[in-house]
Amino acid sequence: MEKVLPLNKNKVIDNKREATAKFIMGSKRFSSFTEQLMETIFALCGFSAVAAVAAITVYMIISGAPAVFKVGIVKMLFGTVWAPTAAEPSFGIAYIVLTSVIGTAMSIAIGVPVGLLTAVFISEVADKKVAGIVKPAVELLAGIPSIVYGLLGLLIINPVMGSIERVLFADSDTHVMNGGADLISAVLVLAVMILPTVINVSETSLRAVPLSLRQASLALGATPVQTIFKATIPAARSGIITAIVLGVGRAVGEAMAIVLVSGNTVNIPFPFNSVRFLTTGIVSEMGYASGLHREALFTIGLVLFAFIMMINIIINGILEGGDKNE
Amino acid sequence: MNNSICHKTVRISDNILKALIYLSAILSVGILIGIIVYVAFRGIGAISWQFLSTVTYEMNNTFGILGNIVNTLYIIVITLVIATPIGIGAAVYLTEYAKQGKIVRLIEFTTETLSGIPSIIYGLFGMIFFGKTLMLGTSILCGCLTLTIMVLPLIVRTTQEALKTVPEGYRTGAVGMGAAKWYTIRTIVLPSALPGIVTAVILSIGRIVGESAALLFTAGSGYYLPKALLSHIFKSGGSLTIQMYLSMERGEFDSAFGIALVLVAVVLTINVLTKMITNKMKKGA
Repeated sequence: MEKVLPLNKNKVIDNKREATAKFIMGSKRFSSFTEQLMETIFALCGFSAVAAVAAITVYMIISGAPAVFKVGIVKMLFGTVWAPTAAEPSFGIAYIVLTSVIGTAMSIAIGVPVGLLTAVFISEVADKKVAGIVKPAVELLAGIPSIVYGLLGLLIINPVMGSIERVLFADSDTHVMNGGADLISAVLVLAVMILPTVINVSETSLRAVPLSLRQASLALGATPVQTIFKATIPAARSGIITAIVLGVGRAVGEAMAIVLVSGNTVNIPFPFNSVRFLTTGIVSEMGYASGLHREALFTIGLVLFAFIMMINIIINGILEGGDKNE
Repeated sequence: MNNSICHKTVRISDNILKALIYLSAILSVGILIGIIVYVAFRGIGAISWQFLSTVTYEMNNTFGILGNIVNTLYIIVITLVIATPIGIGAAVYLTEYAKQGKIVRLIEFTTETLSGIPSIIYGLFGMIFFGKTLMLGTSILCGCLTLTIMVLPLIVRTTQEALKTVPEGYRTGAVGMGAAKWYTIRTIVLPSALPGIVTAVILSIGRIVGESAALLFTAGSGYYLPKALLSHIFKSGGSLTIQMYLSMERGEFDSAFGIALVLVAVVLTINVLTKMITNKMKKGA
C-alpha cells in the first residue's frame, strides 16, 4: 500500500509525499481491518431479522405441533368442545378459529368503509388546515395502548350491548346472559383499532394517484365526488387492498383489547354470544395451563401464526405485483 | 333550459356520499377526543401523589404504581440499549452496504413479517425461547429481549428512511476526500441521519410503553421496587400496562383509569416530540 504513489526524483517532495501517503493510509480512515470488521457487523445486524423470523417459525412449530398429533388433527381443528381441564379433556378449537375469522371479517366490514372515507376526507376533500388536524389525530389513535381500548370497551360498549341484550333476549330460555360481553362488543373495539392502519395506508395510496387522472375525470364532466369514487379510488386499488389486509392482520392478532370485552367463553360466534378468539384463549389460560392443555394453547398460537404468515405473503404478493405494474 | 351549462344538476348520491365522508372523518376524530376526554375525566380522580410515588401495600390497602413505573423504565432502557444498535446496523447494511438483490429482498421481507407478527405471538416465543431455552424464566430481561425483536422492524425502517434522505453528494464528497466507507458512515452519514434515528428511538419508546401481550408471560407482573440496580433485571417485573390489565381483571376500574391516564399522557408527549423533530428536519432540509 505504501508504494501507491510514484517515486519522485526530487527527494524533498518525495519525502513529503510519502509522509502524506503514510498519514492517509495509516490513519483509521483506511484501516482495512476495521472496514472488514464493520461490514461484517452490519451484515450480522441485517440478518438478525431473518434469524428472528426463522427462530419464531421453528419454535412455534416445535411447540404447537405435538398437541395436534396427540389429540388428532380432525378432532382438534374440527372439534367444537373446548374443555381442557375436564376429567375427559377435549381440545376442539373449531369455534375459537371461527370466532377469529368471523370477528375479523365483521370488524373489517365496519372499520374499512369508515377508514377509507376518512382517508378520502384527508387526501381529497379537506383543505390543508383541516387535514392537518385530522391526520395527527389518527396517528394518535394508533399510539393509544390496546389495553386502554380494552378498558373503554369494557366500561362503555359492554353496558350498552348488555342493555340491548336484555331487551332482545328477555324471553329466551337458551341464551346465556353475559352482560354485553359478546362478539359485537369485541368487533366494535377491533373496528376502532384497525382504523389508523386503514386510514394511513389508504391515504398514502390515494395521494400517490397522479393529479392528471383527477383532472381528466373532472374535464370529462364528472363531479368531484364521482371523480373520487370512479377515478381516484379505483386507481389506488392496490394500496387500499394492502390497507385492508394489514387491517386484517391487526384485527386477527389483537389480544389484550378484547380479552375482557368478548366475554371469553367458547361459543358459536353469534353476535350476542360470549365468545373466545385465538388470541384471547392464549391470554386467559396460559397463566395456569400445564401439560397437554399448555401444548394445545401453543397449537392455537400456531394457527394464529399460520394466519399471520399467510397475510404477510399476500401483502408481499400485492406489493411486488404493484412494482411490476409500475 | 335544462341543458344550459349554467344550470348545475344536483346529484343526490353525491351529497349522500359527501355526507358520509364528512361523517367518517368526524367519527374518527370524535373517537379520539372521546377516548382522551373520558380517560382524563375518569382517571384524574385516581391520580394522587400516593398513587404515583408508592408501591402497593396489601396490608395498608393502598395502591401505588411506582414499582410499575420503575419496571417500565427498566424495560424501555434495556430494550433500546439492545435494539437500537442492531436496528441501526441493519438499516446501515441495507442502505449502504448490501447490493440490491435477493439478500436485500429477503431481509426486507422478514422485517415486514416481523412488524406484522402480533404481540401475543412474541409473548409465546419469548416465553419458550428466552424464558425456557435460555433459562431467563419470567424476568424483566426476558421481556426486554422479546420486545427487542418486536421493535426491531420499527427502528430499521425509520432509520432506513432517514439514511435515504442523506444526500448522495455527502457520500461521494467524503469518498473524494479520501475517507473509507466506515469512516464516511461514522462521521458523515449517521450524524446527518441523527434526527431520524432519534425519531426511531422515540417511536420505539411509544411502542414499548403501550405493549402488554408480549410482556404478560415474559416479564410477569411483579410490582416491587428494585432491591439492587442490576439483579432487578432477573426478577419478574410488571409494566404499567400489565398492572392495568390486572386491575381491570379484578374490577378495580379507578386505578385502571389512573394508569390509563398516565399511559395516554405518555403517548401524547411522544407524539408531540416526534412531530417537533420531524418538523425541525423538514426545516433543516
